[in-house]
Order: sequence, then C-alpha cells, then structure tokens
Amino acid sequence: MSYTEFLAEHGPRLLDGTLVTAAQFFLATALAIAVALVMGLMKLSDNWLLKGVSVVYIEIFRGTSLLVQLYWIFFVLPLFGVTLEKFTAGFVAVGMNLGAYGAELVRGGILAVPKGQWEAAYSLSMSPARRMWRIILPQALLNMLPAWGNLLIELLKGTALVALISVADLMFEARQVNSATYLSAQTFGTALIIYYVFSRFLITPFMRWLELVMRRKMGRA
Amino acid sequence: MEDLSRFPLRLEGPDAPMVRFDHVTKRYGDLVVLEDFCLDVAEGEMVTVIGPSGSGKTTVLRILMLERIQEGVIYVDGAPISHMEKKGRLVPASERYLRRAREPIGMCFQHFNLFPHMTAIQNCMEGPVQVLGLSRQDARERAEELLEMVGMIEKKDEHPSRLSGGQQQRVAIARALAMRPKVMLFDEVTSALDPEVIGEVTEVIRKLVHEHRLTMLMVTHQMGFAADISDRVCFFYGGRIEEQGTPEELFGNPQKERTQQFLSAVKSAG
Repeated sequence: MSYTEFLAEHGPRLLDGTLVTAAQFFLATALAIAVALVMGLMKLSDNWLLKGVSVVYIEIFRGTSLLVQLYWIFFVLPLFGVTLEKFTAGFVAVGMNLGAYGAELVRGGILAVPKGQWEAAYSLSMSPARRMWRIILPQALLNMLPAWGNLLIELLKGTALVALISVADLMFEARQVNSATYLSAQTFGTALIIYYVFSRFLITPFMRWLELVMRRKMGRA
Repeated sequence: MEDLSRFPLRLEGPDAPMVRFDHVTKRYGDLVVLEDFCLDVAEGEMVTVIGPSGSGKTTVLRILMLERIQEGVIYVDGAPISHMEKKGRLVPASERYLRRAREPIGMCFQHFNLFPHMTAIQNCMEGPVQVLGLSRQDARERAEELLEMVGMIEKKDEHPSRLSGGQQQRVAIARALAMRPKVMLFDEVTSALDPEVIGEVTEVIRKLVHEHRLTMLMVTHQMGFAADISDRVCFFYGGRIEEQGTPEELFGNPQKERTQQFLSAVKSAG
C-alpha cells in the first residue's frame, strides 16, 4: 500500500481527528487564558485569601501530571457528583493545567511593568481596577506574548492526552487506524506531521503577528 | 497610636495654606527620611526644594502623591489628605479617600512615565476621560489646548517612543495639567534630560509660573532655574529644612554653614 493510498483511505479519519484536536485546542486556550488572568491577578493581590487560593491552585496544577488531572476530572469527579462529558473533561483538564503555567506568565508580565507606570496612573487618581486594565495589562501583555507562544505549543501537545479518555481527537483516530492496519509508521508519521504543521505554521505565525500588532500599538514597530 | 487631637480637622480662613506638612514623619522601615517636618506652601506660590541626594527632598513630593506617612498630617486645599475625618476625629485615610483627596494634585516625574501604548494626546485624555468622566470630545479639546501650550501639538499622534526626552517631559506636564490640578509637583523633571533639551522643559514651567495661578513644589538640581522662578527656596539636609528663604537670600547670602558648603560644591561642579 502506497502512502497515497493510505492517505486516501484513512486520511478523512485523521482529518476528523484533527478537527477535534483543533476544537480542543481553541477551547482549552480560551480557558487557559481566563484561568491565567484570574489566578495571576489573584496571586498579586494583597488579600491573603485570594492569594492563597491562587497559590494552591498553581501548585496543584503545575506540580502534578496533566494525565492524572485528566483522569481525576473524568473518572473521580463523578464520584463527587460532578460528571463532565469526555469532550468537556478533555479541554477543561488541559486548559486548567496550562492556565496554571499561564498564571505565572501573567504575574511575571505584570511585575515587569516599570514602577513608574503604576505611579503615573496613580497620580492621575485612577482606581486600582482601571489602572490595571487600562495601563498595566496592555503593557504586561506585550511583555508576556513570546512566552505565551511557547505555552500554546505545549498546550496543543497536551491535548493529545485526551485520547486516553476516548475523545476522538487526532491521536485517538491515529491509534484506531494503527490497530486496524498495523501501518504504524504511516499512521503516527502522519499524526506527527499534522501536529508539527499546526504548531509551526499556525500557532507560531499567529503569535508573531499578534506581537507585531501589539508593538505597533506601542509605536515600536 | 499617635494622638491626632492636636491637629485641626480642616484648615480654614484667608491665611490657610494650599499645602501644609504638619509635623510629618516618614520612615522606610528603620530609616527615618523625614522627621517632624513642617512646611506651608501658600496658594500660587512656587517653592523649590534643593539639597544633596539622600536628604529626603524627593520624599517631600512622594508623600504628597504616592506614599503614606507615619506621623503628622498633610493638608491640601484645606482638607487633610493623609487622614480623614470620622466622628469628629482624624483617622488614617482609607485607600479610596486618599486617592480622592489627591485629585487636586498633579505630578511630573524624573523619567516622564508616559504610557507607552498611547499617543501623546491619548496620554493627556486618559485621566480626564477615565477619572473625571469628561466626554472624549471635551477631553480632546482640553488635551489639544494643553499640548499647544507646551508646544507639542504637532506631535500629538506620536507614541512616546518616537519622542525625545524633552518632548516626552512636555507631554507629561500637559498630561498632569489636563486633570486641572491646584498643586503641581515637579520631581527632578530635568535630571534625565540631555543638556540641550533642558531649556524647552524649564521654559514650559516658567510659563506656568507666569501665566497660571498654580501652587507648585519642585525638586531640582538646576540652581539657576530655581533661583529664577521660585518664590521660596528650601535647602534640605538630613531630612529637614536646614535653611529657607527667597532665592536672593538663600543663594546670595546663605546663613548656615551646610548651605554654604552645598552651594559652593554645586558651583564648583559647574
């Protein structure tokens, strides 16, 4: 069987899986950004309770395996009455995990904004929320964009684990094709290429573009 | 707990100063920067603070705008800003009160601190729109007027990264003025500038002194400039005012030995 024949026969299946992977990626990314923002800001809070919650969250999700977290969310949470559908459990686990890493990026990005910016905003009598939203975060965002590029590639690769709770993503379909055909080199080779193309030709250029747009807004391009 | 009963709840009457530091102490940890510091600045007065570095002169501005004090009370425009009134007594100000009470104060910084993600005019509109609640149209008109005044109207749509230090500082002055402050603070606003652009900034401040009835407090190393425009000059040493007087008195005939030493050291340094 030539590779062309292989693609003709199994390509559609792998393509379906890729679409599911893409959906997992986008949903997990949205969740990761939200979690990162909330936890990152909470970690900088003066309120010890908010800070405590974020520290515990970040410690747990960064300090333990994503696969174990995925199993917890899918297999253990139902024992406590919280049942998530496998597709949801998949991106929730990935998003919450990578969000913990993102929280540290948010925190670092904010702390890297010069103190003079806080003082200038304060000297205009801006409230803490306005100051953060209008002055500090836009600058912090530019500080942390390069690191987010890396994180999103990690996130994409992380989504491959959702195959283990039977979400029909690219990895899941590849395993199915493999067990039906035993054409391991072709199957996993194709999956490898798809993941690579996704990160190298979609995520990376998008992040570069975003950085350029942000730099333009800062008058630095 | 400090006994605050000896401090008035408000300063009233025709002689009330615009700014009063009433027996103020400021510490950073164990380091006492200002101790039992008193200074009155009258409405419309231009007071300049000079002195060796580490003498606490910048702290005088920072406790007005940015930091809290440990003892004493600061009043601006009659009202306490470091403290607030509660059941007829003064208690330390809440964050919210402090922010409101500081609204009549504007500040310019040594390193300008313009917002890099906004153009010159956006920098000047941010406070009026976000804090004072002006419409964008009104804020734009006000900003254009002020940018015109500081000679930056042609560069209003440039980002700070494309402006020279002197230009950035002039925009920063316009940004502070856009909040219509009663008191302006200038914290070594020419110290980070190249010598050839210092003049364009001092010119703007000179204009403010002559054309606006603003109360101003300035910390500077530009002795000539201070002598030119100040109503009063305070020489700071070791966290207190060693000597003060009109520019003529202080620069022409300093009484204290430390003042003489400092001035001659500055003079010989050129």
